Amino acid sequence: MEKLLEVENLTKTFTLGSVLSRVKITAVDNISFYIKPAEIFALAGESGCGKTTTARIIMGFEHATSGVIIHGGKKEAKNEKVWFTEGIQAIFQDPFGTFNPLRQVERYFFETIENYKLAKSKQEAIDRIDAKLRLVGLSHEDLAGKYPSEFSGGQLQRISIARALLTDPQLIIADEPVSMVDASLRMSIVNLFKKLRDELGVSVLYITHDLATAYYVCDRIAIMFRGKIAEMGTVEQVLMAPKHPYTQLLRASIPEADTAHRWQGEIKLTDTEEEEYLRQGCRFAGRCSHVMSICRTTPPPDFEVEGAQVACHLYAEQHID
Amino acid sequence: MDNTILRTEALHAYYVLDVYGKQKILKAVNEVDLAIQEDEIYGIAGESGCGKTTLLKALAAAVEPPLRVMSGRVTYRIAGEDVDVATLTPEEKRKLRLEYIAYVPQGSMSVLNPVARIRDTYRDFIESHIGAHQKAEAYELAKEHLSELGLPLKILDAYPHQLSGGMRQRVTIALATLLKPRIIIGDEPTTALDVVVQRGVVQLLKDVQRKLQNTIILVTHDMGVHANIADRIGIMYAGKIVEEAPTEKIFGAPAHPYTQYLINSLPKFGDKTQRESVPGSPPSLANLPSGCPFHPRCPHAKDICKQEMPGFTQVEPKHRVACWLVGEGEHGKAA
Repeated sequence: MEKLLEVENLTKTFTLGSVLSRVKITAVDNISFYIKPAEIFALAGESGCGKTTTARIIMGFEHATSGVIIHGGKKEAKNEKVWFTEGIQAIFQDPFGTFNPLRQVERYFFETIENYKLAKSKQEAIDRIDAKLRLVGLSHEDLAGKYPSEFSGGQLQRISIARALLTDPQLIIADEPVSMVDASLRMSIVNLFKKLRDELGVSVLYITHDLATAYYVCDRIAIMFRGKIAEMGTVEQVLMAPKHPYTQLLRASIPEADTAHRWQGEIKLTDTEEEEYLRQGCRFAGRCSHVMSICRTTPPPDFEVEGAQVACHLYAEQHID
Repeated sequence: MDNTILRTEALHAYYVLDVYGKQKILKAVNEVDLAIQEDEIYGIAGESGCGKTTLLKALAAAVEPPLRVMSGRVTYRIAGEDVDVATLTPEEKRKLRLEYIAYVPQGSMSVLNPVARIRDTYRDFIESHIGAHQKAEAYELAKEHLSELGLPLKILDAYPHQLSGGMRQRVTIALATLLKPRIIIGDEPTTALDVVVQRGVVQLLKDVQRKLQNTIILVTHDMGVHANIADRIGIMYAGKIVEEAPTEKIFGAPAHPYTQYLINSLPKFGDKTQRESVPGSPPSLANLPSGCPFHPRCPHAKDICKQEMPGFTQVEPKHRVACWLVGEGEHGKAA
């Protein structure tokens, strides 16, 4: 199987506190996954689960404590300088934070073209910009001479995507691209990712906490919990028949826009996050309704259950009755 | 019997700004008639910049310049009598807050004092509203209240930053309900939270409502939350309520084209069919389109939509819609 990007045993540790009272938090704990060409892969989970840290390491903003990232046959060993940008582009959460409010939006396009030497003349540059903007439903005329404040959040997010497309990337890393866009305009962005995948063969690493849009747009998904991948598989496997108790809780907690499926029963919440990060064994043990004694002492390995990868002791062979 | 606890009549609340010597008017609340009942959870939905938060400010009698109520009124039913909030003095309003009407904001971190323990925040609340109490007595009251809501007592000794976002939001809700108010207003109380935590917070709000049998007015753009908690929903667009109906009707048989887009654009599990966003962008409140404000984005727009704003048509009892497609309508009063 061809793999566009592969992440192997990635770990990132942050140190909190002063010199005297240090606490080590493993934000990303030994995770491995891969992305195929022309695939939308979701990295989903709650805030503080390590999904953004993973993306930042792939983009080279952060160095991994250990583990490797393989892209196009090139390996990045730890603590090396940023080694690739071509082929990978990024889109961020806050469309208003992406652009400098005092700078014309098209300057960003020309800058990218200059940086990557994508055009020989100004006309060639404009043609390229216009072509990419048309892919997202805009044109160079819509942009010329305008400042970010003249666009809505949804439009700016589409402009970000067009800018990312300038270099003809193979992979776009989208960190919560729709969480700050109005619900009524979200679908226009999400549909764009589908179009890019189907028409241009671009892969997307879609980082989100919104499982409903993840289900709608993605092919495969990994659910992260406190730095570890709890469950990974196709969206059908993971979201329609969740195996891990955490995925089940997450799935049941999504407010569905359907009055026939109101929430049933009560749930238990934790008081602090730190507690779960520092937990021995399975980090979900404190809240899990199926908790066993082994869960409190040993971190669960990955088991293969009906095609999906699940990190839970429930699926160890001796426990399957 | 009329159980209306909060009523607005032709409410207009505008922001009047002075931009480089030129007057600029933002019509954030533009003729809103609401009749919110006792013992009901009323949801208000709409995209950002549609005037939801401004409407809440007017409902909570927290109108401060540059926001001005241009016409219309807001009335509370207090002890069987209708009281126009515009006639209240600042002192009377202060007394009503927390005891009659409470407000749960979105960002709990900016509400709780970061250098005071939760216990001290509780004491401030109790002292300012029930009178000078003994420190110990206030602490007892706070403890009793928290255990009633099922929150751990150890949080009283914590500082806000030591609590998780969900716990902080639950503490804010606990504070807002301390004096058993008749109306609780929630402005996106769960928006910045994770889904599991969000469910916990919504669960708490529901519990409180069940215990106190009071009214919750809940603003959020998350239609999923509305589907789970609201009894009735008002859909707001460009400063106007364009459709209002019981929750089942809004999701099952939306009548306004905007509501239809809003509902149909929501992704659902087990259904991967193509979803479409509402075309175009929301209008600026400073420069509203003529007639129905939705007509530039509406695929069914007719000539009359560009000229005149439709009144409400009663599709069914308790279901009213302001759209020319549905009916001529009159400027119908709230049900």
